[in-house]
Amino acid sequence: MADILKRNKALSVNPLKASQPIGGSLATLGFNRAMPMLHGSQGCTAFAKVFFVRHFREPIPLQSTAMDQGSSVMGADENVVEGIKTIAEKSRPALITILTTGLAETQGADVHRNVREFREANPEFADVAVVAVNTPDFTGSVETGFAATLTEIIRALVPDAKEAGTYPGKRKKQVNVLVNYMLTPGDIEALRDIFEQFQLRPVFVPDLSDSLDGCLTAEDFSPVTIGGTLISEMATLGDALATVVIGPSLANAAKLLEEKTGVPTYALDHLYGLKANDALISALAEISGHDVPERIERQRAQLQDAMLDTHFMLGQLRIAIAADADLLHAFVDQVQEMGAEVVAAVTSCNVPLLSRIPVASIKIGDLEDMELIGKANNVQLVIGNSHAVDTAERLGTPILRAGFPLYDIIGGYQKTWIGYRGSRQTLFDLANLVINYSHEEIPVYRSIYGQKPAGELTDYPLSCH
Amino acid sequence: MKSTKDIAALLDEPACEHNKKEKSGCAKPKPGASAGGCAFDGAQIALLPIADVAHIVHGPIACAGSSWDNRGTRSSGADLYRIGMTTDLTEQDIVMGRSEKRLFHAIKQAIDTYHPPAVFIYNTCVPALVGDDINAVCKSAEQRWGVPVVPIDSAGFYGTKNLGNRIAGDAMVNHVIGTRDPDPLPLTVQRAEIIIHDVNLIGEYNIAGEFWHVLPLLDELGLRVLCTLSGDARFREVQTMHKAEVNMMVCSKAMVNVARKLQQKYGTPWFEGSYYGITDTSQSLRDFARVLNDPDLTERTEALILREETRIRKELEPWKARLKGKRVLLFTGGVKSWSVISALQDLGMVVVATGTKKSTEEDKARIRELMGEDTVMIDDGSPRALLKIVHDYKADILIAGGRNMYTALKAKVPFLDINQEREFGYEGYQGMLELVRQLALTIESPVWEAVRAPAPWKNRKV
Repeated sequence: MADILKRNKALSVNPLKASQPIGGSLATLGFNRAMPMLHGSQGCTAFAKVFFVRHFREPIPLQSTAMDQGSSVMGADENVVEGIKTIAEKSRPALITILTTGLAETQGADVHRNVREFREANPEFADVAVVAVNTPDFTGSVETGFAATLTEIIRALVPDAKEAGTYPGKRKKQVNVLVNYMLTPGDIEALRDIFEQFQLRPVFVPDLSDSLDGCLTAEDFSPVTIGGTLISEMATLGDALATVVIGPSLANAAKLLEEKTGVPTYALDHLYGLKANDALISALAEISGHDVPERIERQRAQLQDAMLDTHFMLGQLRIAIAADADLLHAFVDQVQEMGAEVVAAVTSCNVPLLSRIPVASIKIGDLEDMELIGKANNVQLVIGNSHAVDTAERLGTPILRAGFPLYDIIGGYQKTWIGYRGSRQTLFDLANLVINYSHEEIPVYRSIYGQKPAGELTDYPLSCH
Repeated sequence: MKSTKDIAALLDEPACEHNKKEKSGCAKPKPGASAGGCAFDGAQIALLPIADVAHIVHGPIACAGSSWDNRGTRSSGADLYRIGMTTDLTEQDIVMGRSEKRLFHAIKQAIDTYHPPAVFIYNTCVPALVGDDINAVCKSAEQRWGVPVVPIDSAGFYGTKNLGNRIAGDAMVNHVIGTRDPDPLPLTVQRAEIIIHDVNLIGEYNIAGEFWHVLPLLDELGLRVLCTLSGDARFREVQTMHKAEVNMMVCSKAMVNVARKLQQKYGTPWFEGSYYGITDTSQSLRDFARVLNDPDLTERTEALILREETRIRKELEPWKARLKGKRVLLFTGGVKSWSVISALQDLGMVVVATGTKKSTEEDKARIRELMGEDTVMIDDGSPRALLKIVHDYKADILIAGGRNMYTALKAKVPFLDINQEREFGYEGYQGMLELVRQLALTIESPVWEAVRAPAPWKNRKV
């Protein structure tokens, strides 16, 4: 539906995009005892690490193959093999992912061969899963890097049904849930609760709620992730009743999982707003065979009530959204459900989903593009990550912070957006931003004949918040 | 405490049509079945928009505590009215008779801290009951500190909100109006070719700044607004109200006693008007010229009306297409009924029924004139009755006061708030644009469908 406007300028100003290795790292961090290693120079890892630390406010396990001038020119195969070995020896993780960077890909690295070489040379580390993924930053975004990494992890760790003897429904309550990069740890926790209300046991792949949820543990330091999807659990995915997939970006991962296991897939675009959650609840009722619990019916009615209360503020509101495709789609649906208009939709890279998003046009670009399109369309509210705060300020609008990264607020990573309850909170947050940012007030007019006290006319005290 | 004689005098308002009918505008509230505010509420609402005055509520915390920080009305400068002040009387104050003393010190503190041009003291039930003599306290405070201190004796039990409005108006007439002459007209704003007339607006509260849609037009016509009582007013402006050549009672009759008393005391003529809707806005401008009897002003007024109406009708055109034929149930009090009807009809909307609970016979006659003889008039304002009419007459939207908002929303009926608490300004020609925007916003919203449809899993089961 949407007209896709490609990048048409040389300079990216105030970029929106985060790289594929970031996405790959994030996916890895959702597994238990895992360690992502970026195949590139040390800086690739250092920047990624800072990015995550600022967002999650947690220590982040992240390693580097530390390519230097020599290995960059002469070949860095040894860096990869040595890197895997070092991590395996030092922390004996359950999973190591090798994520390529632009540097490694340009050089022509073959990380898959490197992994095979490591396997042959080091049979003692057979229990350490090692998965290599091509995630150069010169293509795609955090979204595609996340999806690609998840796909490769499934390819490597989920056995084919025939070989393993798994069959759908062997585990009568288990549902696999593939979640995309936009679900926060808070979202996954909420989603787990929803599944459990249907007497289902969700296995999240990956599970950031268990690894990056800001939980204090007994151990004071762990070199690898604590919490997250157990690697051993991956072998059970074939026994599940169903797989629920959240996010179009995970289509390939879902397809692969179904091919391998025969477990039927329920694909959902997102979980923002009334309709999306109706689809989820309908799916869960169908999978579980249980009636919709009263508590969920009640939360649905509460969301409807919030829709009525907030439509005064959100109706016809001109909104600009800058986000990766899945998240953009989710917000577009949710605000359009409220009668708001998305007047500027900007995303980071071209993916098949874009043409399905119901807006007139989508700009593949940066925050400057959002600023310009927003300005031209008299935007009244911005939805974007922390980088967009300055953009919103220049546009003179409030901002709802969402996506990656959120570094100027505490607990952004934990916010729950999904479900009827999360959607309701989003509506409240949006409406409150509108109420508290009343820039569209009627401008003050002072009569030319006015008898106001003389002092008032020179120093203007602000009469409103 | 006011004597019953004082209160009876305030209740007797010859300028109010209700006075002549069996239906009293200030009927006794019925225990167990009353919804409105009290006299203190009415007095405070009426005067709080005077922006540079220190408004002190004399009483225990409930009166000010639950009502301060009125965000609806706006000021172009001074913002002292946004500061909540109360004597917050304690049990000790009341039992030991210290409340007058506390009030006296409270006035000093307000003057020392904020240097206001005047202090208004709102009396409330408890001090009225224990017999505080706030008139005396105000008088001696004024003498002691040289700042006007105005008693507004508005204990809640005196009566309704409406009575409170009148008490407030009365206090202005008795203590403030006439205590200063208007500033001489600066040479810079005089224009050789026209006569500048001094006027007042009474009962204009500048909700959401909506009067700023109208004031530029009055400036253009050469009408100097000495004071709007009380939206965006200043104490020094209220003082000069006696020198106006004409007073306009805006929309509500809450302070009709001010207009009447100014006529009695100073011979100022007054007329009633409204700035809601194109027709009424134009009519109000014409009425100024008519009462002032200035042919040149009449001519310039007609030219301005022609220009503004042409402009706004063009701007409204795209909206009219969207709203045309939409059915409205209007439930507002008294005068506002007919003034809003004409605004809606200007837009091609159909008003299917209107509330007339507070309307006079004259109001009703005007409504019939506008809507035809067989129009539905609603006296029963209970939520159930309202919703039944919405349903029976297939109304697309209910327009009513804020307290009916959640009745409508819970019944999944589109709603527009037309009362004092609203956040949007609808006055003047320009205000019509905001009105249509708000109407379209709620009527066209997709949320109605989303909340009316059953959950998908319910469909499946049936």
